Amino acid sequence: MVNMEVDLGGLKMRSPVATASGTFGYGFEYVGAVDYSKLGAVTAKGIRLDPWPGNQMPRHAEVPGGLVNAIGLQGTGVEHFLKYTVPWYRKQVPDVPMIANIWGGTIEEYAEVAARMGDAVDAIEMNVSCPNVKAGGHTFGQDPEVLCKVVSAVRATTKRPLLVKLAPNVPSITPYVRACEDGGANALSLINTIPAMVIDVETRRPVLANRTGGLSGRCVHPAAVKLVYDAHAVTKLPILAMGGIYEAKDAIEFFLAGATAVAVGTATFTDPGVVAAVYDGLTDYCERHGFASVAQLTGALSTE
Amino acid sequence: MAINEKSVVASHEDAGPGYRFLVLEAPRLAADLTPGQFVHVRVPGLESTALRRPFSVFDADAGRVTLLYKVVGRGTAALSKVLVGDTVEVMGPLGHGFPSSSKGVPLLVGGGYGVAPLHFLAKRLKDPRAILFVGGRTKDDLLALDRFAALGVDVRIATNDGSAGEKGFVTGPLDAVLDGLRARGETYELFTCGPDGLLKAVADRAVAAKMPGWISMDRHMVCGVGACYACIQKTVRGNSRCCVEGPVFRAEDLVW
Repeated sequence: MVNMEVDLGGLKMRSPVATASGTFGYGFEYVGAVDYSKLGAVTAKGIRLDPWPGNQMPRHAEVPGGLVNAIGLQGTGVEHFLKYTVPWYRKQVPDVPMIANIWGGTIEEYAEVAARMGDAVDAIEMNVSCPNVKAGGHTFGQDPEVLCKVVSAVRATTKRPLLVKLAPNVPSITPYVRACEDGGANALSLINTIPAMVIDVETRRPVLANRTGGLSGRCVHPAAVKLVYDAHAVTKLPILAMGGIYEAKDAIEFFLAGATAVAVGTATFTDPGVVAAVYDGLTDYCERHGFASVAQLTGALSTE
Repeated sequence: MAINEKSVVASHEDAGPGYRFLVLEAPRLAADLTPGQFVHVRVPGLESTALRRPFSVFDADAGRVTLLYKVVGRGTAALSKVLVGDTVEVMGPLGHGFPSSSKGVPLLVGGGYGVAPLHFLAKRLKDPRAILFVGGRTKDDLLALDRFAALGVDVRIATNDGSAGEKGFVTGPLDAVLDGLRARGETYELFTCGPDGLLKAVADRAVAAKMPGWISMDRHMVCGVGACYACIQKTVRGNSRCCVEGPVFRAEDLVW
């Protein structure tokens, strides 16, 4: 029996497989289609202080090997989230921890959303890297000094495990990792979508109403593995790795590169069975390669 | 609750030029689907990263789910190649459909393959008063008329080129019947699926007459279960998800 439990910066997970924010609603939408017994956590869709309408339509474009989206963080706001969404999720899914993904337009907003979450959720993931909302989000993830301030501000308001979801489009991940460490983060989430654009050549117009969006899906996986590898090389913070996981092999690459846990995202849209297939494939891999626990896979890359 | 059923293709036949009937052995879905709901199909033959495709349901009966679709793009082109005996993953039942009964005279208005959910609806309503108004560019876009006839539905036709029925839009024969109903003081309900122009024309009539109007919207979708917020329809309540709050909306709730 392989031990599949992992500790993601204080978040105890019975499985190292989670879901990625924005691809799994508020956690309960896939009940019936996804095998929740093989999930270690769900990450809810981004929540800010007040309701947010998101972008105009169209909000997505299918591309070879992936998906470009500019949903724009539509959400009901933290009050509705705590009053209705979280209780409904706990009722539907009583035994899978919820990671709340939060964002804001100012440092104070981030801190207030986190404070309001209190102990209602099991961990908090800060989105400082959404490419689709100008008012906030990614601006905090593009300057290490600002990033450190916003992480510190959130840290001061919550005792829950704190993850920071970083942008992939930086020259070096190291200063951002340091900023998270200095700010008191417990773990890193890597990667957010990669800024992208699709143009309809017949109309000469951008396909997305937001003009640009974020690329996810199979095609981003090698870029994500490299960033996880880079980050793991410079920090002891555990990493929740995501980006193009479609099968167990994709997840195993992340573990070998340094991940402690993984999140399935875009793949679930096509196949809600990916979560279970990744869990089963990971178990099988550990057995075949003589790993007693999945935790031993973390950083087990051979570079000889 | 949505399930992902591995169905088997029982038959796959032409329904007209560029249109296909796909019949799937899917007993769990067939038992649970109601008219106006949709299914999310993982199209075999597309690379694994391509999204699913949503389809309304033409019929769900005796363990089988029938889809009526038009080959319009990459997804439906790939779907048109599946063969009898192939396995197709189908997620459903999804979304909110039509009401299960009609207080007034049920008037079903369909454009092209928009007649698909109206057939399922007519079959379940079992209302001898039901009238189907069907429009198309030419007679080639008039689908499954024999199937409606078999249900005993009164069918009124309009084509843009006059190759079948009245020449012009389907609102022509619809308005003639609406005038008659109003003159007699009868109530009615409108049920529609088709191109946006038709949907708006029907919704406008329902709202103006203060009669119930049930509008089935067709939007590109990603997850199909309300998780991604890609298929937004503007309504009086803000940005609603076509896949959960819809695909059938009340006429008075829609913001065009």
